[in-house]
Amino acid sequence: MVDTIQPLLEIKHLKTQFFTSKGIVPGADDVSLTIDKGKIVGVVGESGCGKSVTALSIMQLISEPGKIVGGEILFDGRDLLKSSKQQMYTIRGNEISMIFQEPMTSLNPVYPVGKQVAETLLIHNSHLSKEAAKKAVINMFELVGIPDAKRRFQVYPHQLSGGLRQRIMIAMALICKPKLLIADEPTTALDVTIEAQILQLLKDLQEEIDTSIMIITHNLGVVAEVCDDVYVMYAGKVVEHSDVFELFDHPKHPYTKGLLKSMPRSDVDEQRRKLYSIKGMVPNMLRPPQGCRFHPRCSEAMDICKKTEPTVVTINEQHCVSCWKYNER
Amino acid sequence: MSANVNGVVTEEWTDQDYEVEMGNGWKELGLNFVQNKMAVIGGVIIILVIATALFAPFIAPYDPYKVNLKLQFQEPSAQFLLGTDMYGRDVLSRIIYGSRISLLIGLVPTLISMVIGAIIGMIAGYYRGKIDFILMSISDMVLSFPSLLLAMVVMYTLGASLINIFIALSVIGWAQTSRVVRAQTMSLKNKEFVEASRAIGVRDIVIMFRHILPNCISQLIVLFTLNIPSSILSEASLSFLGIGAQPPASSWGLMVSNGKEYLFNAPWVTISPGIAILIVVLAFNFFGDGLRDVLDPHLKH
Repeated sequence: MVDTIQPLLEIKHLKTQFFTSKGIVPGADDVSLTIDKGKIVGVVGESGCGKSVTALSIMQLISEPGKIVGGEILFDGRDLLKSSKQQMYTIRGNEISMIFQEPMTSLNPVYPVGKQVAETLLIHNSHLSKEAAKKAVINMFELVGIPDAKRRFQVYPHQLSGGLRQRIMIAMALICKPKLLIADEPTTALDVTIEAQILQLLKDLQEEIDTSIMIITHNLGVVAEVCDDVYVMYAGKVVEHSDVFELFDHPKHPYTKGLLKSMPRSDVDEQRRKLYSIKGMVPNMLRPPQGCRFHPRCSEAMDICKKTEPTVVTINEQHCVSCWKYNER
Repeated sequence: MSANVNGVVTEEWTDQDYEVEMGNGWKELGLNFVQNKMAVIGGVIIILVIATALFAPFIAPYDPYKVNLKLQFQEPSAQFLLGTDMYGRDVLSRIIYGSRISLLIGLVPTLISMVIGAIIGMIAGYYRGKIDFILMSISDMVLSFPSLLLAMVVMYTLGASLINIFIALSVIGWAQTSRVVRAQTMSLKNKEFVEASRAIGVRDIVIMFRHILPNCISQLIVLFTLNIPSSILSEASLSFLGIGAQPPASSWGLMVSNGKEYLFNAPWVTISPGIAILIVVLAFNFFGDGLRDVLDPHLKH
């Protein structure tokens, strides 16, 4: 089954580095990632582990002092890293779209929201009339569940709540029916009830317009809710990749185990009430630790972990992990 | 499916997601502005001055250029409200006609320098790097140079004429605007809506003019009204020094300059245009201050 589906996006050994005055910071280090057509893929990890950098690298929106220094990003068979600026303009918003974390600041405060969504459509379909664009936008508003869509077309962003704004952002991202939607922590700034609705909406829309979705999050609950595949990232590297059931049932990497353990739960017994947290801190990426980057915080670290970087071990067809524990056995 | 999306989701969230009442932003702005008395007075004076300038031929009691040496240095009276000057010309009429030049010089160079400054500021703030360094070094040079001196250099090299005053004042005025716009651009550039529009494939130039510039407008309006008086003053200074408006044109600065020799015998010749400059400059300043008070807190929404 896995082999028959052609991947939509294939990132191979992506290296994005930030050239700061203090030294080179690896934002994404040798990241490989595959998104199949029609799948929802989650990328999980702590703040600063390179999730957003990977996403922005796909869009080629890495800003100074960051730079993509190596690797390939194959989208529908084309290498995005070799595309010209002009080609990227036509890809962004039309074939790959992105939703950002902060719906509060993601809309321009001086324009009505409808106009902003229509802008996307008009940029990529210059033959479209303004009337037709307006109609399409109102349809899209209805699709993403904005009631009273006609009136909402001329409303300014500050007149809408966070949940509505995120719906507008989703409408904006999906109006051109992109093949891939990158959602960078789409629900982090929203409260929990709205979060569930937005996730449900993304899931429904994914079936409706047949896009693949890459969800970036630090919330494993979100992953469990919507994703098919999961990539766990730590300090700029992918440490574990698996389908969602396998990951939650048989986590392999100590970091993944730690993440799963630190999820708040209601069903644990009294004396273990205190929330588990992975000890230590995210490493200073100016001087990442030698060997496995997780070893200073790892409870199962061995001698080899301190010296040599682990290689990727395939557990089964859907499950890969880079950890020395699984290397020999 | 779409019905499902709508049906299920809509009902659940309308409770929490209420919409802020759709107020009329302009009405609110207007109300706030009216509460500031000085600003309103300033605004009224500006409107009166503009009307005076537009309808000068109908308002002026005498021909401002008509020389009558018999009526030299008439004191202010019912016949000549502000007296006459050394050639027997009516001072009031000359002030009324002079408002045309003063306003023109207040508005045109300010507008030109705003446009130049806004474009340069946006380019510098958006692209940063070398372009930023070069442009801002030039603007620093302009800012650090005594502006009147720079204007005088331009006027002396190009010769005294109205167009050249425009050029001179634009050359000294753009740097301040570019600084303000650059700072604003730099903070707006990192806002997520700019990144979002990049993510949907909007080109840099479109982002600058469609997304960044409109967000600078309130600052630009304030800067505009506050720059007008300094332009008027610069023109007055240049005319006073003899390189601004040329006689027989009636400009307020020129009138002050011409009358200064008779300051003790006929003070009205110098003082009346001086007071006219004072009133207009103050009016613009109050108006600009009032606008700033109203527009800036509005940005925080």
